[in-house]
Amino acid sequence: MAAKNFGHAFFCAFITLIISYPIIGFNLEAQGIDVTLTGADTTTIVLVLLAALVVFLFQLFRDQIMGALKRVPMPSSDANKEPMAENKRAKIESWILTGIVVFALFWPFFVSRGSVDLATLVLIYIMLALGLNVVVGLAGLLDLGYVAFYAVGAYTFALLSQYLGISFWLALPIGALLAALFGLVLGFPVLRLRGDYLAIVTLGFGEIIRILLNNWTTLTGGPNGIGGIPDPTLFGMEFGRRIKEEGNTSFHETFGIAYSGEHKVIFLYLISLVLAVFTALVIRRFMRMPVGRAWEALREDEIASRSLGLSRTAVKLSAFTIGAFFAGFAGTVFASKQGFISPESFVFLESAIILAIVVLGGMGSQIGVVLAAIAVTILPELAREFSEYRMLIFGAAMVLMMVWRPQGLMPMRRIHIELEKQE
Amino acid sequence: MLVLEDVHTHYGKIEALHGVSVEVNKGEIVSLIGANGAGKTTLLMTVCGNPQATSGRVVLNGRDITRDPTSTIMRSGIAIVPEGRRIFSGLTVEENLHMGGFFNTKAEIRKSQEHVYELFPRLKERESQRAGTMSGGEQQMLAIGRALMSKPNMIILDEPSLGLAPLVIKQIFEIIGQLREEGITVFLVEQNAHQALNLADRGYVLETGKIRLHDTGKNLLENPDVQNAYLGG
Ligand SMILES: Nc1ncnc2c1ncn2[C@@H]1O[C@H](COP(=O)(O)OP(=O)(O)O)[C@@H](O)[C@H]1O
Ligand SMILES: [Mg+2]
Repeated sequence: MAAKNFGHAFFCAFITLIISYPIIGFNLEAQGIDVTLTGADTTTIVLVLLAALVVFLFQLFRDQIMGALKRVPMPSSDANKEPMAENKRAKIESWILTGIVVFALFWPFFVSRGSVDLATLVLIYIMLALGLNVVVGLAGLLDLGYVAFYAVGAYTFALLSQYLGISFWLALPIGALLAALFGLVLGFPVLRLRGDYLAIVTLGFGEIIRILLNNWTTLTGGPNGIGGIPDPTLFGMEFGRRIKEEGNTSFHETFGIAYSGEHKVIFLYLISLVLAVFTALVIRRFMRMPVGRAWEALREDEIASRSLGLSRTAVKLSAFTIGAFFAGFAGTVFASKQGFISPESFVFLESAIILAIVVLGGMGSQIGVVLAAIAVTILPELAREFSEYRMLIFGAAMVLMMVWRPQGLMPMRRIHIELEKQE
Repeated sequence: MLVLEDVHTHYGKIEALHGVSVEVNKGEIVSLIGANGAGKTTLLMTVCGNPQATSGRVVLNGRDITRDPTSTIMRSGIAIVPEGRRIFSGLTVEENLHMGGFFNTKAEIRKSQEHVYELFPRLKERESQRAGTMSGGEQQMLAIGRALMSKPNMIILDEPSLGLAPLVIKQIFEIIGQLREEGITVFLVEQNAHQALNLADRGYVLETGKIRLHDTGKNLLENPDVQNAYLGG
């Protein structure tokens, strides 16, 4: 068994050696105007050899290790079960969800400001991931430039408030609609591409938008970004110590309570919560509508779908546009939360993280996406000491996940739709 | 009802149909037989506009549909049961049927669904079962049922008997006969020449992208060339 892998293991160890030794071992040091190359010290060499040994042993016993990993018990998968008693299960599920939402409503009043702030970020990621889930999980379109629509939403609000003094509540639908429009216009020419080609083109889009924002200095401020983005108001009440906008009142004065910076943080959190729930409900609704089934059908069998008269472009475009809409939504909230945005917030890594959330969560499943968003956002914060290795841990987690549970944390449970029976 | 005039179809540079003319009249069952790779599927898919004919004309109900997009063609009263069934295996039987009636109203869907269940009581039993877990015969019934959901005036079937047990094949052919009784025009492609010609009003024999023979079903069955080539002598 192991002997079969011996050659392969040896090869992998060798590769590890020749890759890691130059990267970790050699150091370029500036000495005056010269640069000298220094070799590795003994510890480094020992470490590199150790790493090679680990790789060797792992590859040698790969089958056994992977086999053991696959046998690790996991929450039971419903993916292949028959969709019987679906109604009952759906009921339980919605009770649980309602419970979570109620808990989430009251939770911020008992925890620290930092936690609430982080939770707001989690909610923004949840919105993003729910939106991308429509595109990737349901419609099966690999979009690597999703962050572009997030940026459109954020910049729409930033620019509208800067130039026209438009408030958060007005900017929210505008940002989302504009992002959707971008999705529609950008999606139209590229959605006839499939698989890897689509991925590459969308990746390009993401970068084009970011570079555009970076270089259109007169409008966007370029790398300096845009600051002073207003916070959301509650029926014309501001949460700052002093009122910024004429005609507004201030929250703490209206209610006769002492000013506290926490009010604003909690308010933003609650807005994000409401919007995240809204996002989840709307998308759930779409999934139950014929268009939702069309996404799935087209993903499952394109020829069959087309033979039923579905237009490939229209179906894909609807998923792409709806996904973009919610990215714009999240972007507006993000801009308001940060108060300052720059192109740096919208790099490819963000797209990758959102995609990772969708994949980790189990393509298509909403609860899975929520769990994964929480895990991916919070774990790095908990492990602050390892923040340098964040991406390394992230990558390792993804690999392990794909081995252990390739269908994601909570693979999509198909919603079974029935027409109301006619009496 | 459906007319193909000197249709040529290419896959890239390779020509798969070399000028095919076929006519299917209202209320008929027309069978097209031919060996593997003769271009039968290509011919049917050309009717559906995927791929489109490179030259020649496809006319449906007097309207030239040669250059129409597939989605338009498939919404003009024509439905296809594609080769290899191509049901949505992850969806339930009922959801598969609903996909077939995608552009119809809920009331229409409900009615067509009941009708399909009358034709195939087996599907009713399996209503909420995932389609991919059914037997080949049941899947073929589902594929036919799904095509009927849009209430087509014409149905195209691409080798519906492929890979099925003789008893199931018999059942499928009975249903096809029944469809004609209901006034649906049938264009049937088969390798199972005997049964297909038996059922058909008229038949065509396709050989390497060209129509070789064209006659009534009965005459073709008695034709010695057809007997040698397609009916095992
Ligand atoms: N998608 C395709 N791309 C290229 N060539 C194809 C394709 N589909 C079919 N062909 C070729 O076209 C010819 C006819 O195939 P087809 O229509 O599937 O025949 P049949 O259905 O009679 O078995 C064959 O030579 C086949 O190789
Ligand atoms: Mg064929």
